[in-house]
Amino acid sequence: MTPRRSALFWPQMAFTIAVCSFLVLPVVLSMTAGLSVNWQRGPAGGLTFHWIAEVWALYAETVARSLAIALACLAGDLLLGVPLAYVLARHPCRRTRLIEEMIMLPVAVPGLATALALIILYGSLQGFRSSSLFILVGHVLFTLPFMVRSVLAVLSALDIQTLEEGAASLGAGPLRRLATVILPNARPGILAGSLMVVTLSIGEFNMTWMLHTPLTQTLPVGLADAYASMRLEIASAYTVVFLLMIVPLLIVMQLAAPGSSNQSKGKR
Amino acid sequence: MTTNDQALSVRLEGCAKTFADGTKALLPLDLTIGAGETLAFLGPSGCGKTTLLRLIAGLDSPDPGGRVCFDEQDVTKDPIERRKVGMVFQSYALFPNMTVAENIAYGLKVRGVPKDQQRTRVDELLTMMRIIPLADRAIDQLSGGQKQRVALARAIAPRPRLLLFDEPLTALDAKLRESLRLEIDTLLRQLGTTAVYVTHDQAEAMALGDRVVVMNHGRIAQIGSPHEIYHAPADRFVADFVGLMNRVSGDRRDGWLHCPGGRIPTGAGTPDGPADALFRPEQVRLADRAQAHVRGTLAASFFLGDRTRVLVDGIGERPVIVDLVGAVDLAIGDPIALEILSVTSTPVGAD
Amino acid sequence: MSGSVLGRDHRILVVLLGAPAVTVFSAFWLLPMARLAVFAGTGPSGWNAYLAVLTHPQYLESLISTVLLSVAVTAATLGIGGVTGFFLSRNEFRGRSALVGMLTLPLAFPGVVVGFMVILLAGRQGLIGLLTQALGAGKLVFAYSMGGLFLGYLYFSIPRVLLTVMAAAEKLDPALEEAARSLGASPARVLRDVLLPGLKPALIGAGALCFATAMGAFGTAFTLATRISVLPMTIYTEFTLYADMASAAAMSIVLGAVTWAALALARNATGASVAAAA
Repeated sequence: MTPRRSALFWPQMAFTIAVCSFLVLPVVLSMTAGLSVNWQRGPAGGLTFHWIAEVWALYAETVARSLAIALACLAGDLLLGVPLAYVLARHPCRRTRLIEEMIMLPVAVPGLATALALIILYGSLQGFRSSSLFILVGHVLFTLPFMVRSVLAVLSALDIQTLEEGAASLGAGPLRRLATVILPNARPGILAGSLMVVTLSIGEFNMTWMLHTPLTQTLPVGLADAYASMRLEIASAYTVVFLLMIVPLLIVMQLAAPGSSNQSKGKR
Repeated sequence: MTTNDQALSVRLEGCAKTFADGTKALLPLDLTIGAGETLAFLGPSGCGKTTLLRLIAGLDSPDPGGRVCFDEQDVTKDPIERRKVGMVFQSYALFPNMTVAENIAYGLKVRGVPKDQQRTRVDELLTMMRIIPLADRAIDQLSGGQKQRVALARAIAPRPRLLLFDEPLTALDAKLRESLRLEIDTLLRQLGTTAVYVTHDQAEAMALGDRVVVMNHGRIAQIGSPHEIYHAPADRFVADFVGLMNRVSGDRRDGWLHCPGGRIPTGAGTPDGPADALFRPEQVRLADRAQAHVRGTLAASFFLGDRTRVLVDGIGERPVIVDLVGAVDLAIGDPIALEILSVTSTPVGAD
Repeated sequence: MSGSVLGRDHRILVVLLGAPAVTVFSAFWLLPMARLAVFAGTGPSGWNAYLAVLTHPQYLESLISTVLLSVAVTAATLGIGGVTGFFLSRNEFRGRSALVGMLTLPLAFPGVVVGFMVILLAGRQGLIGLLTQALGAGKLVFAYSMGGLFLGYLYFSIPRVLLTVMAAAEKLDPALEEAARSLGASPARVLRDVLLPGLKPALIGAGALCFATAMGAFGTAFTLATRISVLPMTIYTEFTLYADMASAAAMSIVLGAVTWAALALARNATGASVAAAA
């Protein structure tokens, strides 16, 4: 197509830039606020790492906990989700489609509901309730479908059934097929899914807010605390810390999957 | 019905096309298409035939300096919406949100034709293409052949003065291709509209085209009637692309080409020296062993129903392909003697 | 199940591989949810707790606010996301991928962060307030009202819809547009007759997704809410402040059913493509 700049090009461009500004401006504002001596005076009043240091003193433990939970969540999703994705890819039928629909439910339903359900049933188990494990369970439920979908998409596109039949015809047994044919080919899906899972877990709030205790706070929970009770500069600095963790992950995800729409129905 | 004086002549001057990434899809070329003529563009993938079609259509513009003229009027700056051409796509491009009748009527609707006239014209076309029962069907309920007929009807409905076909039959199976090809041929003759037909299938090009343009790597290799293309290929590429061509290397002396299998007549007056003899598989006959000039051994034989294709070793470097009518009672390894009827010879390195 | 030549051992393997996930899911979601559904009926009004969202005036008001807000956000987002998504997928220019990157950045922000973004823009010390004050119109603060909530919901909805529209626009068959143009259609006609019908499933899907997300959004309202009540906040306050757990349970089941239905609609409209978005 010859690129004819239609008359509507520049108005649309202006509109797009306006929308982009709406989205990016607050991020920039929070970064400057977090690094400025005083929010009112902005960067003109001087830049400092003071607030970031304060944030670290207050919230280092919650950041560490969030990371630990995210990695544990990833491990859980890999162990549970990759085999399940294989089963779903290998046997596309009504029963497996039902299973796929089912594990999507924690995403389709507000995180609040899932959290309430967990509390009602398991809330009385004191040891469980007050541990990070309780939060981990919620995170695994929420992120598992993303891992499964990601691996499933890759395996389905490969026609894994024919590949396996080919390997079987050459004498490979089920475990050998799994190790030498299926897993290597599933790798792009596993990687993409892993990035997605970690990003989602670090940012999960709706469920975690209900599931946490004062001793098991995560990063977003800390953020809510900061927004409510701390001054703007500290809240902004904490947001900056969060962004520094999330944005690289997002960039890697976008680069790793060009053209595919990696959408997350992350809870709001 | 359209009459001949509605047909368009097309002239291209110095048209080239370079894409944004630097690929030269078309080298500068000139082309004239006569009013009412069907011109076939033939060539392998990537030769530029579709690019050329799109330049004529107005979907792409030629590189600066190129001109496209319809009936001597410069339309280079006009996009396709203004060129009033009818286009048939390889993937049919039928609008899934409209029925068959609505698809056919679309070009008329856009031009503001009153509804009752639209209906009459649509009925005309449904009859012409023999798809009356399909009028209210949804597009996804049609077979490939039906879709192609609808696509044709849609393109013809607004009475375009130029019809453009972009490999319309490629997506169909062999039998359907053949029957539709016949229909298109009849249609084109009936309508008398100027038409450009792009294909990579040489049988289609030769059957439908009044003239054939053979293209290779962005240039025109040869323009001529189907007969000229086949029997008088301008260069090695055309000779090899259009049909099968046997090529036997040897030494020309006194009007004969001497090769391992014997000698092939190249005609009096041909200069001496190393040369290649070129002849088509159907230009060969089995001959009496004693009198034949060329002998070899049967390497393989394929019975194709209406003819038998045999490969003969020992005549040239590569097996010679011979098409014999009907069945042939020979076994692999049998000696074969051949008479070659029509030969062109070219000096080695000529093309 | 469509198996193949691989026999009984394979079937056992399949069960073994699928079992852990299914077990964990059943133990930690199915069972608790079932318990929640039953628990909802154990309050003072029994099973009528499920209807409370329609009968109880405060709950009904909350439901209506939430639905109106979600519908408004969906409509605005479809408009904004539709225009920008289509524009970006159709035009090549330097800096396009940077622009797309910036527009999809908020995709991973939790609701709390989005709420904070709104505060930075429209809160008591927000940018907009400072601007209007500088212009002499007094300090405009609307972060803690429906306006602020609307802005916040817009903030996290636009990236999603944008990506959906861009993906769908890329999948449109260019031959259809060329065919319409060959028949004389102007760009406006092509938009109306070919492009919008082609994008319709994706737009419906994106709209349903947007609606579902907005209905179930909690974090943003939590950060911004002082007077506003959207349903997730109502559920939260019932549970924590008033210890009316049965009502909270009933409403969360109802809300869950609504968002699930919206997403099912989205999936039907777009086929499998929304599934990848979950």
